[in-house]
Amino acid sequence: MKDRMRVIWIALLGVAVLVGSAAGASKGGSIDLVAYSTPKDAYGKIISSFQKTQAGNGVDISQSYGASGDQARAVAAGQDADVVALSLDPDVNMLVGRGLVPKNWNGNSHRGIVSDSVVVFVVRDGNPKKVKGWGDLVRPGIQVITPNPFTSGGARWNVMAAYGAQRRAGKSDREAIAYLYKLFKHVPVQPASAREALQIFAQGKGDVLLTYENEAIYAEKKGVHTEYRTPKATLLIETPVALTKSGLRKPAAKAFYKYLWSSTAQKAFADQGYRPVVKNISKGYHKPPGLFTIGSAKYGLNGWVKVNKRFFHPEKGIMAKVERSVGQ
Amino acid sequence: MSRYLLRLGALGYLALILLVPVGFVFYRAFQHGLGPAWDAVTSHQAVHALELTLLMAAIAVPANTIFGVVLALALVRTRFPGRGLVNAIVDLPLALSPVVVGLALFLLYGRGGWLGSFADHGLKILFAVPGMVLATMFVSLPFVVREVVPVLREIGTEQEQAAETLGASPFQTFWKITLPAIRWAVAYGVVLTTARAIGEFGAVSVVSGRIEGRTETLPLYVQAQFEQFNVQGAYAASVVLALIAIATVVGLRLVHPREEA
Amino acid sequence: MASNAAVLERPAGVVSGRAGGAVARGMVMGYLSVVVLLPLAALTWSARAEGLDSFWHQATRPEALAALELTLGVAAICALVNAVAGTTIAWVLVRDSFPGKGTVDAVIDLPFALPTIVAGLTLLALYGPGGPAGIDVAFTRLGLLVALLFVTLPFVVRAVQPVLLELDTEVEEAAASLGAGSIAIFRRIVFPSLLPAILSGVALAFARAVGEFGAVVLISGNIPFKTEVSSVYIFGQLQSGNGTGAAAVSVVLLAISLGVLLLFGVFRRWWTKHEYV
Repeated sequence: MKDRMRVIWIALLGVAVLVGSAAGASKGGSIDLVAYSTPKDAYGKIISSFQKTQAGNGVDISQSYGASGDQARAVAAGQDADVVALSLDPDVNMLVGRGLVPKNWNGNSHRGIVSDSVVVFVVRDGNPKKVKGWGDLVRPGIQVITPNPFTSGGARWNVMAAYGAQRRAGKSDREAIAYLYKLFKHVPVQPASAREALQIFAQGKGDVLLTYENEAIYAEKKGVHTEYRTPKATLLIETPVALTKSGLRKPAAKAFYKYLWSSTAQKAFADQGYRPVVKNISKGYHKPPGLFTIGSAKYGLNGWVKVNKRFFHPEKGIMAKVERSVGQ
Repeated sequence: MSRYLLRLGALGYLALILLVPVGFVFYRAFQHGLGPAWDAVTSHQAVHALELTLLMAAIAVPANTIFGVVLALALVRTRFPGRGLVNAIVDLPLALSPVVVGLALFLLYGRGGWLGSFADHGLKILFAVPGMVLATMFVSLPFVVREVVPVLREIGTEQEQAAETLGASPFQTFWKITLPAIRWAVAYGVVLTTARAIGEFGAVSVVSGRIEGRTETLPLYVQAQFEQFNVQGAYAASVVLALIAIATVVGLRLVHPREEA
Repeated sequence: MASNAAVLERPAGVVSGRAGGAVARGMVMGYLSVVVLLPLAALTWSARAEGLDSFWHQATRPEALAALELTLGVAAICALVNAVAGTTIAWVLVRDSFPGKGTVDAVIDLPFALPTIVAGLTLLALYGPGGPAGIDVAFTRLGLLVALLFVTLPFVVRAVQPVLLELDTEVEEAAASLGAGSIAIFRRIVFPSLLPAILSGVALAFARAVGEFGAVVLISGNIPFKTEVSSVYIFGQLQSGNGTGAAAVSVVLLAISLGVLLLFGVFRRWWTKHEYV
């Protein structure tokens, strides 16, 4: 009996010590970066070069990388974050709604966008099925891999690229939606994330993978041979970064945020396959002739808020209906 | 005859479901030689992740073991109202997908949650070690209980009653009669609990905040390697986890040398 | 030791001690509450946050129901396969001997220790497209089952092993010397003693199979109504901002699991009482 009690007291003491030490977290001259997982290498480089500048000297920067939605939810639940780098606007807007990020987060000259990319088709070596445009995706027998747009926020870029391309080709809204139905009938598996989708494609499933140019480039860099084609009409993917309210109170965080648009930082993003947003850091990226954005109203794309509501509402959204028709 | 058939069936099933996959993990980890594998697991980040993982286990396993044995005794040797319900609740943690475990812990300890104000007073639970320990304890809770309960039922109370009539105190009875009788059950329970505690990814990932060098356990490190296309590193780190699990079983064998049944 | 005296349960804990028993029970309940019940309560509360109508609606949406049906169905099959395979494996590990047995025994728990992404990757690589043996069950229900069998393997094996180790073989030997065949011995003597342990392991396997996410998300395909399990559906709802819906389906899943687990307990009690008569 006595031994048992002793063990219990020691355990309680141990817990108390841990709790106490965890409570004394970061103090002074430190920034918390919470980002989605893809640009990790780029941020690693950016952070080390930032720490060599005067503004960044002696600043301790903690880094957290994970899926964009997961990270947003974690920050909403109280994770310390001064700079949030997520994969699409809605994730940042969720934090605005919770009062953690100021409404004017995208007020700077770049609208808070720190890097760009485009939706591309990854194909098999030599493109044996000759996939070039969106029409090829719905040819008989073609199997397309795309992440599930409900589990992967990033996959929504794929869907809107498909829709927008149809609109740009002159199709009506109804026809473009019909295309989405057709397209998803060609999707045999919807992985939960972009990285998993690439893995499954690399393993041999499917003829075409819908993904982002930066993923394809990065994969190639890391030794996974990825041959891709950029369709003429495609969507510009814009990745946002925001200063949180707590970040606004830290001069170091503001300096770091500003640094993300410096040429060093933009080059780091470019090295990882992104398209820089600062004009004179060109890397010879070919701009697709039919490039459009999520705000291209003439193609029925009226910004993420409206698009999310119309297409990706979990129950009433167009994609929810598409998914239902695919399965039944 | 039937002995060989059973052996064949068991080994065949094991080969397909367990041995080949495990072999594959080891193969992929060392595919390019011992060097790259070693490098992958001795980086600063990996070593810290390993330490954190071991810390999780060092807290969660003893806690769940003590809890498990005491609860098993209570469930089997005593009667109290709601016994059946408690018995069933103990297994529930497994039925929750890790996403939901994280969600529940967010709802409880997160901003605006029931106990969310702890964080305001400096007591960080989420995105720090305590939250991760809670998540680990949650997902590895049932094993010791589940192992011990059937054995306790099986052995009956005769010896314990005999000891009592001979004047042994309850604690002496427990220590000298019951505990030795359930030692295998406790041992296997500890093995399972340890394996789960070191290998848990989902729930710990959600509540940890994934802060590199601070709240990244080895399974989280494995995931991070996968995301960065360092699949070999992911497998190598998994081998470390596998070796810890194997070491637990081997340690068990050394402490309790096997008696052939 | 009378192996069939399994249900000689005495009131007022013989071993737990009198006053000590109550304190111990109290601490155990406290631990259980903090670690398990509180989070579950928070979850249930949030599920009903938008009203019971909304709760019901979210829980009965066609995709949710389809996922539920698939999840429970595959989990049930997984539990059954484990019951047979796990018992056989435990038997072979305890009663048989062959070279390499120790090694096999040591790796039984690895499905737990390996992070689920690695489990998923491995099974995809081996039993998916491009796999070495030409087997491709990825993105089918069979692939889903294989992934679940992998992660639930240790449960029944490790539940039955300790019981087998403690089992007194005298009765079996006596029966054998009286001419009983090995099947009859198993059926009448060994199996009844093992059943509670098997049920224990099966309950765990079922629960795990219901809640598994990481190991199945890669290999199952996630097509709604076809290969999307509840854990993936719940994750999707959460990602799409439908936190209440996610909580609602989780609570329903939990309630069903609890029901199944309670049934197991009832069956076990019935069996052991019945046995004793």
